[in-house]
Amino acid sequence: MECVLTVSNLAKQYGNKNAVSDVSFHVERGEIVGLLGPNGAGKTTTINMILGVLEPTSGSVQIEGLDLATHRSQALSRTNFAAVYAPLPGNLTVAQNLRIFGMIYTVSQLSARIETLLDQFNLQHLRNTKMGVLSSGEQTRACLAKAMLNEPTLLLLDEPTASLDPATARDIRAQIRAFAARNIGGVLWTSHNMLEVQEVCDRVLFLSAGKILLEGDPRKLPAEHGQPSLEELFIAVAHEPCSLEGSST
Amino acid sequence: MSRMSNVNLRRSAAVVLRQYYLLRSSPVRLLPIFIWIGIDILLWGFITRYLNTVAHSGFNFVPALLGAVLMWDFFVRIMHGIATAFFEDVWTRNFLNFFATPLTVTEYVIGLVVTSIGTSIFGLLLMVLIAALFFGLSILSYGTVVAAFLLSLFLFAIGIGVLACAIVLRYGPAAEWFVWPIPAIISPLACVFYPVAVLPKWMQILAHLLPPSYVFESLRAVSAGQPPQLLGLLISGILSLLYIAAAGWVFTTVFRHALRSGLIARYSAESVN
Repeated sequence: MECVLTVSNLAKQYGNKNAVSDVSFHVERGEIVGLLGPNGAGKTTTINMILGVLEPTSGSVQIEGLDLATHRSQALSRTNFAAVYAPLPGNLTVAQNLRIFGMIYTVSQLSARIETLLDQFNLQHLRNTKMGVLSSGEQTRACLAKAMLNEPTLLLLDEPTASLDPATARDIRAQIRAFAARNIGGVLWTSHNMLEVQEVCDRVLFLSAGKILLEGDPRKLPAEHGQPSLEELFIAVAHEPCSLEGSST
Repeated sequence: MSRMSNVNLRRSAAVVLRQYYLLRSSPVRLLPIFIWIGIDILLWGFITRYLNTVAHSGFNFVPALLGAVLMWDFFVRIMHGIATAFFEDVWTRNFLNFFATPLTVTEYVIGLVVTSIGTSIFGLLLMVLIAALFFGLSILSYGTVVAAFLLSLFLFAIGIGVLACAIVLRYGPAAEWFVWPIPAIISPLACVFYPVAVLPKWMQILAHLLPPSYVFESLRAVSAGQPPQLLGLLISGILSLLYIAAAGWVFTTVFRHALRSGLIARYSAESVN
C-alpha cells in the first residue's frame, strides 16, 4: 500500500516540556487511522504539526513523499482538515466559504465541485445561510464539505463528531468511510468515542504524554492487552500508561 | 526559485473575494470607507476657506492644506484598509483555516493589499469629488507630479499596514488598539501641515526618515508655484520601498515565530506562555 502520510521521529518541546516525543507512524491510501489518547496527550499538537501550523522541534512530516518543511504549499495542497475548534468564518455563507477555500486549494471546475458537495452533505437548502447561524451538526457537515473540496490524499479530522447527535454522527462516519473506500486518500482521525473508533478505524495509535504507547487493530487491541473493550483500554492508557509502555504491537 | 515566482494569484484572489463578500453584505463595513474621509475633507475645506478670508496674505490655503489632508487621508485609508482586512481574520479566528492550506504568507499579504487598493480607490474618488465640487480643488492642478505623491504615499501605507498586521499577529487581538492611532503617531513627523524646517533639529532627522515628509514638502512647493522637489520625491519612493521590504521581513519573521510557538493554532490565547 502507498503511504500518504509518513511521520518520522516527530517531537515538539515547549521550553523543558515535551508535548510530543519521537512520534513515528504512517497512514496508507484508503486507510482510516485513529489517533487516540487522553486530553493533553499530544493529539492536536501532532495534527497541528502535520497541518503545518506548528513547527516541530525535530522530526519530519511527509505528505505523499513531499517534505512539509521544504515543500509546504505543495504538501498542504494535498491535505485538508476539519476540526471542532476551527469553524469556518461565521459571517460568510456556506457557499461563499466553499468558494473561497476552493480557490485557495485551486480546485478546477469549482462551481460544479461545490454543487456536488452541497448535495453530498445535504447542504443545498443551507447554501446561502451564514455559517454562524447553523447548528453544530450543520456546521460540521459544512466543514467536512470544505475538507473534501480538493479530494485530499490526506484528510485530518480532529474530533469531527464531537457534540453531534447520534444520527448526524452516524451520517458523518458513513461519509468518511465512503471517502476512504474510494481509495483517493487516507484519513487520520481523532475521537474520544471508542465505539465510533472501533467501527470506523482500520488501525489506531494510542498516544500518552506525547508518545505512542500502542498501535494496532482497534477490534483486537483490547484483548491483546487484557482489556474487555477499547474504552477500558483507553482508560488504562490514561491512568496507567507505564504499565503499557513498550507493548506496542 | 524566487518567492514571487511561486505565488498563485488565484489564492490571493480568494482572500480578496472573502473581503468582497463581507463588504457586500454589510453596510457597517462600507460606511467607514467613505464617511470619515468625507467628513475630513468637508471640515478642512471649510477651515481653509476661512483661513483664506482672514489671512489676506494672498496665499491660497486650499491646495496647500486641503490637498495635504486629501493625500494624508489617502495614506490612512490604504494603511487602515490592509489592517481591517487582516482584522477580519483575527475577529473570526480564521488563521488556522487559512494557514493550514497551501496559501502562502506572500499570497495572503497580496490579497490584503489588493483589497485595500479596491476600497481606497472609492475613498479617493469621493475625496477628489468633494474637494472639487465644494472647494474648487482639482488634484490635477498639481500637475503630473501628483502621481508621484500618491504612489509614494501608497507604497509607504502598504509598508506600515503590513507592519501593523505583524504587530497584531505577534501580540494578539488586544494589540488592535495600537494599530488605529499609528497614522496619528506618525503625522507630527510626516509634516502634513507645516514645513520640516519648523521642527526641532532632532525631529527633523526623524522626519527625513519618513517618506511622507518629502511628499508634503513637494506638495507645498507646488502649491506655492515652485517646481516639485524631484530629488525629495525620489528619496521618498526609495524609502517607501525600504519600508515595504522591512515590513515584509518583520511579518515573515513574526509568522515563523507564530509557527514555532504554536500561536497560529491558538491565536485567541494571545501567547502560548
